[in-house]
Amino acid sequence: MSQNTARQLALVIDLNVCVGCHACVTSCKEWNTSGAAGPMGDQNPYAADPTGTFFNRVQTFEVGEFPNTETVHFPKSCLHCEDPPCVPVCPTGASYKRKEDGIVLVDYDKCIGCKYCSWACPYGAREFDEQGKVMKKCTLCVDRIYDMTMNENDRRPACVKACPTSARLFGDIHDPDSAVSQAIRENGGYQLMPEWSTNPANHYLPRRKTRLKIHEDELVRADNPIKRDRQLIQPSKSEPTIEDATGW
Amino acid sequence: MHPAFSVIFLTTFIGVGQGLFLALVTAQIYSLFGLLPAQDGHAFYAHGSLLALIFLVGGLIASFFHLGHPERAWRSATQWRTSWLSREVIVLPAFMGTVFLYGACHFLGLKPVLVTLPSGTPVDATLVLGVLGTVLAFALFVCTGMIYACLRFLREWHSPLTVINYILLGGASGFTLATVFAALAAPDLVRFFAGWALIITFLALAGRVASLIRNARLKPTSTPQSAIGVKHPKVVQKSQGFMGGSFNTREYFHGKTAGFLRSIKWFFLVMAFVVPLVLLSVGMAASAAGVLSLAFLVQYTGLLAERWFFFAQANHPQNLYYRAVS
Repeated sequence: MSQNTARQLALVIDLNVCVGCHACVTSCKEWNTSGAAGPMGDQNPYAADPTGTFFNRVQTFEVGEFPNTETVHFPKSCLHCEDPPCVPVCPTGASYKRKEDGIVLVDYDKCIGCKYCSWACPYGAREFDEQGKVMKKCTLCVDRIYDMTMNENDRRPACVKACPTSARLFGDIHDPDSAVSQAIRENGGYQLMPEWSTNPANHYLPRRKTRLKIHEDELVRADNPIKRDRQLIQPSKSEPTIEDATGW
Repeated sequence: MHPAFSVIFLTTFIGVGQGLFLALVTAQIYSLFGLLPAQDGHAFYAHGSLLALIFLVGGLIASFFHLGHPERAWRSATQWRTSWLSREVIVLPAFMGTVFLYGACHFLGLKPVLVTLPSGTPVDATLVLGVLGTVLAFALFVCTGMIYACLRFLREWHSPLTVINYILLGGASGFTLATVFAALAAPDLVRFFAGWALIITFLALAGRVASLIRNARLKPTSTPQSAIGVKHPKVVQKSQGFMGGSFNTREYFHGKTAGFLRSIKWFFLVMAFVVPLVLLSVGMAASAAGVLSLAFLVQYTGLLAERWFFFAQANHPQNLYYRAVS
């Protein structure tokens, strides 16, 4: 893993617990459309074919063939790559990766809306805002996480705070002791489309199955105690038990 | 990808302008060594440069329609260290300025001899500007081509053929226009320009067919499995998280059928290469401005289709996330 920045903030998304409720989508939109950076534009919000800018989407995939299928809900947002291909192609420098925490951001005042950065992102994480005429993307709620006027509990991305199943973890993946680093290390965290060497900071935790292995001899016990018990003299239910006899 | 007409007109217009300017300088260098009859600076080079400049300005204007904030376009010259788009933004006006100066010097007859070659051939200011413009024209072709060729996961574009074809297609259309222009302004250069237009159009056909063959054989690198990281041979999308479309569904899908794409491919192969090759041959023999004009118009129409196809054929890996609405 390249260590381009001192810290690398990231999300770790646990596909094993995501239930696809879209709470992260709506809380993200609610927080980020109300901020100082201006609204995330919508077109036809209450008409046919509503469309608009979102930083985060939850998609659903079906894995396997019936009847052995499994539904995977898949939250998708900017992965804050450690080697972001979207940044060097920007002609104005509006797209940049912060040295201090590795967040990839767009300066909406410098963006000329040429959309070239979105072409350079293999994940389709960037969305052009038809209202603001600039490129937008997940900011990891940079306006929340450092806001000291908020309670510590609130200094997390809106999506993380909203997730009812705690499928979204947030932290510094360059700190080996952080919760996100431990989750990646111990629960098989992986990156999307590793073939492009973009080194995404966001990781996903795979679906996990807990399977009970039962062997034949565990189903039919050779030394069945009931069988042996029956051979002994059974005490009457009215008689004192051994505990009654020895009780004090 | 969804082809944007602003970019289609930008790349085809400036290609014509660059090719025409290269044709003018080629003629000047040939005539310098007495291989071609010398032409009048005013009637031929100045007007020719003006024609090239009109196409370049047309392309520049078209490019602004691609921007969300054209008033901030000046900022796009800042990241030349990393961005081919930024480099194009610098080279295009530099080239336009050189073309303007080249035309202006010819127009005003400003031809101070700067150097005399050992053979006694004088090198004047217009020739120096012409060589500088030639370098810039090629630099601009490389910048334009590299904007697409540098995106490594758009594999249809990530090839040296992309840059080569931008040079050859722009050169072909520029030399064809130079033939038309010569038929009107310098009839003794028609055969020279038409000959080069035929050669470059043929090379462009070879380059484009090579890239079509290459792209037809490409196997996708990213799969639905690598996109979501689930190692099962069968992964089917059931929902993309919205139903009314988004930037991701508008920008990266051309929305046309495979049959339409195929017919565009054959259309541009015929219109950009085959018909112009025939018309140029006929027009060259007869030195007929009408036939040559038709050759240019047909070729330019073919190049518009070629550029549309160039964008539409590129399959962005993000499309793996947008394969089913619900």
